[in-house]
Amino acid sequence: MSAPLIRARGLTRVYKLGGGDVHALRGVDLDIARGEYCAIMGASGSGKSTFMNLLGALDRPSSGELVIDGEALQGKRPDELARFRNRAVGFVFQQFNLLPRTTALDNVALPLLYRGWSLKKRRERAEECLRMVGLAERMDHHPSQLSGGQQQRVAIARALSGEPSILLADEPTGALDSQTSEDVMDIFDQLNASGITLIIVTHEADVGARARRRITFRDGLVVEDLT
Amino acid sequence: MSLMAAVLVALTALRVNALRSFLAILGVIFGVAAVITTVSLAQGARDAVETRIASLGASTLNITAGSRARGGRPGGAGSGTPFSDADINALRTDLDFITAASGLVQSNVTAVVDGANWPTQMIGSNAEYTEVRDWTLAEGRMFNEGETQRASRLVVIGQTTARALFPSGGALGATIRVDSQPFEIIGVLGDLGAGAFGQDQNDILLAPVTTVRSRVTGFSRAGVRDPVQQVWVKIAPGVNMETATLELEDYLRVRRNVAPGGQDNFSIRNFADLIRAFNETQRVLGLLLASAGLITLLVGGIGIMNVMLVSVTERTREIGLRLAVGARRRDIRNQFLIESVVLCSAGGVIGLGVGVLVASAIESFGPALGLTGLAVSVDPSIALIAIGSAASIGILFGFYPAMRASRLDPIEALRHE
Repeated sequence: MSAPLIRARGLTRVYKLGGGDVHALRGVDLDIARGEYCAIMGASGSGKSTFMNLLGALDRPSSGELVIDGEALQGKRPDELARFRNRAVGFVFQQFNLLPRTTALDNVALPLLYRGWSLKKRRERAEECLRMVGLAERMDHHPSQLSGGQQQRVAIARALSGEPSILLADEPTGALDSQTSEDVMDIFDQLNASGITLIIVTHEADVGARARRRITFRDGLVVEDLT
Repeated sequence: MSLMAAVLVALTALRVNALRSFLAILGVIFGVAAVITTVSLAQGARDAVETRIASLGASTLNITAGSRARGGRPGGAGSGTPFSDADINALRTDLDFITAASGLVQSNVTAVVDGANWPTQMIGSNAEYTEVRDWTLAEGRMFNEGETQRASRLVVIGQTTARALFPSGGALGATIRVDSQPFEIIGVLGDLGAGAFGQDQNDILLAPVTTVRSRVTGFSRAGVRDPVQQVWVKIAPGVNMETATLELEDYLRVRRNVAPGGQDNFSIRNFADLIRAFNETQRVLGLLLASAGLITLLVGGIGIMNVMLVSVTERTREIGLRLAVGARRRDIRNQFLIESVVLCSAGGVIGLGVGVLVASAIESFGPALGLTGLAVSVDPSIALIAIGSAASIGILFGFYPAMRASRLDPIEALRHE
């Protein structure tokens, strides 16, 4: 078996707060292979968001080892983490986080701006990604002219534009009604079927049910890992 | 991210918030406009003074007899033994750095033409006087030295005098009476402008010194033949004024029998000193005005900083997102810095336009409001400095907000409401 895409060993994250130390992660060991479809579940405060931030290279572990796509993330400088995020990670957020008064096309092209691509190349790739989520005809619309589901599809297209190794979605259906949630989850299913590694943080059981692997966190530890 | 792409991002952000962008740069606009206006006015004033002083003659020296003490009491300037026509001739021939020389006597007179009276000043001089003073003639001619020696009753008049006495024109060739003596007008002077102290130099009658002395003022002094009140000389171009003044002093001390180490019985006025004093005054004034403008510009910069800080707070989530998708800290810093510089530079350009407009308006409408003698001169280098300093303000006051933006933690920023 080849090396896993994500390899975590003894991962901890300690926040220093006024009163004392808060142990958000207490030593997580986990391997995730390329092409997996994982749901990370748990109550709030379980450590799942902290784990997600570490996977997305938005944060650095206090101790332990985290290797993603062959790169060891512990001890990297902020600029190196930024380059890693740009290359390897696609984010989908609960609140979409699209730039207001900016077209869907330019929102999707944003990660490529920081890759130094030319405008023409960025827009070509962005158009391709919008077509993948079925919004090619809406590329000149601003977020305010799109429905919630459409906005989240634009956000997914943005996450795909940089051809990342992993797609991280943090409560991607949290701001959507149930029918729209189904549509968005269908897109995730298709993306995974086409080979993309998908990690979804959620506390919704029906979202978790679609994943082929469910990892449950409690008190900073993995307490259940079902496939 | 390339600079070009960064500028595009900044322009987009500014366009999205057009009204706030405009309000933000108002302070910079006013600051730059104030700098441009004041500096242009100061420059215009300096140009005007320079022209005026040049009409006095930067290479001209004015010599008067010193005071003579009588019984221990100084008699005041000009009370000493006056200079004479003989002195003028001697200066002309003995000192080769003097290119022109003239004596001068003056008197307040009333000129009469066909029963119309006009009080004015009559100056008696030699033929070279116009050359010494760099005066030009608008029409006719100056009297020559032969006519001066013959005490001809000829007169050259100033433009104000010509307008006053001959409102419908026709001064040239006409006759005016001064102290019941008829004088033929043979020339009209060009515009001499205002004097160094604002007096009208154009209200003047210029006649041969011999004529004025014998027929008008009757200026005489016991023991001195053909006396004059002042001597004016012009120094050859390229000769250092200070050297010339020193040599002239040495020459006059010998000629007027000043004992070695004794007090000079004459005084030489050098207009270069006056020019220097004026330039110094103008420089100080210009600095004062420019610093007032700079303070306005600084206040404008503080306004920019305020708006940029608000913008950073308002766009915290945007910053978080940009960091998440791969922007480095310096990309974020540069984005906000470029926004600030673009804002301020735009303010600089608009302020430049406003400043030039205001300066021209002051020049055009100033006289109507009783502000005379204002001139405006917009120097191209001033424009560059104004826009350059506006851009520098953008960097200076945009730096702190930009640093704050770049130091945001991506997780916190994404969570920001």
